[in-house]
Amino acid sequence: MAAFPAILQSEWTKLRTVRSTVWTLGLAFVVTLGLGALICTLANNNFADFAPKNAPFDATGTAFAGIILGEIAMVVFGVLAVGNEYSSGMIRVSLAAVPQRATLLIGKAVVIALAAFAVSLATVFITFFTGQALLGGHSTEITEPHVLRAVFGAAGYLTMICLFSAGVTAMLHNQTLALGVLVPFFFLLSPILGAVPKVKTVAHYFPDYAGQRMLLVYQEHNQPFGPGAGFLICLTWTLAALAGGVLVLRTRDA
Amino acid sequence: MIELHGLTKRYGDTLAVDGLSFAVPRGVVTGFLGPNGAGKSTTMRMILDLDRPTAGRVTLDGRRYGQLAEPLRYIGALLEAKAVHPGRTARDHLLWMAQSNRIPTHRVDEVLELVGLSAVARKRSRGFSLGMSQRLGIASALLGNPEILMFDEPVNGLDPEGIVWIRTLMKGLAAEGRTVFVSSHLMSEMALTADHLVVIGRGRLLADLPMADFIKQNSRSAVRVRTPQPELLLDVLHRAGLHADPGPDGCYEVPDGDLAFLGELAADHRITLHELSPQQASLEEAFMQMTSESVEYHAGSARPVGPAGAAVDGSPAAPSAPPAPAWGSDWQARGKQKEN
Ligand SMILES: Nc1ncnc2c1ncn2[C@@H]1O[C@H](COP(=O)(O)OP(=O)(O)OP(=O)(O)O)[C@@H](O)[C@H]1O
Ligand SMILES: [Mg+2]
Repeated sequence: MAAFPAILQSEWTKLRTVRSTVWTLGLAFVVTLGLGALICTLANNNFADFAPKNAPFDATGTAFAGIILGEIAMVVFGVLAVGNEYSSGMIRVSLAAVPQRATLLIGKAVVIALAAFAVSLATVFITFFTGQALLGGHSTEITEPHVLRAVFGAAGYLTMICLFSAGVTAMLHNQTLALGVLVPFFFLLSPILGAVPKVKTVAHYFPDYAGQRMLLVYQEHNQPFGPGAGFLICLTWTLAALAGGVLVLRTRDA
Repeated sequence: MIELHGLTKRYGDTLAVDGLSFAVPRGVVTGFLGPNGAGKSTTMRMILDLDRPTAGRVTLDGRRYGQLAEPLRYIGALLEAKAVHPGRTARDHLLWMAQSNRIPTHRVDEVLELVGLSAVARKRSRGFSLGMSQRLGIASALLGNPEILMFDEPVNGLDPEGIVWIRTLMKGLAAEGRTVFVSSHLMSEMALTADHLVVIGRGRLLADLPMADFIKQNSRSAVRVRTPQPELLLDVLHRAGLHADPGPDGCYEVPDGDLAFLGELAADHRITLHELSPQQASLEEAFMQMTSESVEYHAGSARPVGPAGAAVDGSPAAPSAPPAPAWGSDWQARGKQKEN
């Protein structure tokens, strides 16, 4: 058995030595913060239009408005981190170096998760505080009920979506295909299906809708489940995608 | 030692490797020959446990590849030169490999120096020529200082200087007691490098013997004589107990003939000679003969011809057939399949 710390170190070197890592993670930070800041500024200046009629104003959710774009950057990061091995044919070199295929993919997933979580944490905290500063009198405090959990939830959500994408890419063993499936899914299909009556009861169990429950500070009207269940559903998707990736990697010819 | 036991690999309808059993001898260079599509790369991928055999198995000193702890320290391989992330530098590529098998980092710079890539160590491999990529692949094979080295067509894309360099490198590695297993389509190249020879055709083992034996068996020599008085010559040869085969353009060839003796014999009998020359059957031709038989046996295709540019040095029975469909003529179609 190749030593697991050695695999982690090697995977970390792989990750930090390609430009796409910096680009995608940087983009996740910039769009989440940028869009959040923009919406908060607009909300503060036109509060009457933004405040819901018969529910409290969600200052946390408003600051995290950019997550819908940030998660796409995280999806791309997860796809490329796994998929570039397939597009370059390097997967054969990797498997020759570490023939324990499950261990290799788990090592890779751990490194991706750590990088994604670190960047997500920084992103969500900076975004939260920037957003609150821009909301002025309508802002909330990190010490208010559920707010800290929602901020950590946002980071957890971004990390899990990234890992889910990494797992799907390993299952498809093709990064172009994985991008072609995942980006339209998260950007278009899931939000659209989530709005269609009847269909949405199914769409509520998709990883993105379920995972976004972790960001809620107030209980929504007609909410199918809360943050805890949302976390577990999203986590299940993530682990299933990774397990599927391990299974495909183990059985396929490289 | 690499040992193959009835190794078989089927891709759909293609039987790429068909019951291969042989052992790669320790401490020498073994040439692994076969025409395009013979199954050399597939065999090498199975040795590294990248492709799973349909039947049979490979053992490395009795173990499977997957059981090796830190395999790069035991067996180093170059399969495809371009199997490198184009955006990563040569040094970083070797660095992650080294880290995965706990190979000291200074080894990275050592192998870069060894293959002559130190100057471009911090350049992204995107801009590398095929020859440079090939050198990077060789560096990655040497990284773990392994006792077994496996190269799939390492001279591919190398200039003449590079070819000499890799030939010297492989011989040097074997001289250090390492096992070198190298594939090629070119018999002439292998004759210069390899001590042992394994030939396959259509996935089947055709020969497994020391290179010296192959050369002895196949380097038939003859003396070519050309004369305006053929009847007289044949008569004299016959009386001297020699046999002559008719050659091209009305000449004759005396197998294993001695130049000096034949010259003197002609002079004694006042026979005019227009040509008296030694002829050497090329190993390339013997190799093509060997592989073509296996193909004809399987596919019943037309008479095979050599690959473009194969050395055929003025040999007695130089096949001058038109480029008919030959072994591997369907390699392009099969190559497309492989990309899917
Ligand atoms: N992954 C694959 N899927 C389907 N067919 C394959 C695959 N890999 C190889 N083949 C087929 O198996 C046969 C052997 O191919 P292989 O690449 O091993 O030959 P080779 O001896 O290395 O040839 P070359 O000298 O051209 O490199 C060919 O018919 C090839 O098309
Ligand atoms: Mg090949």
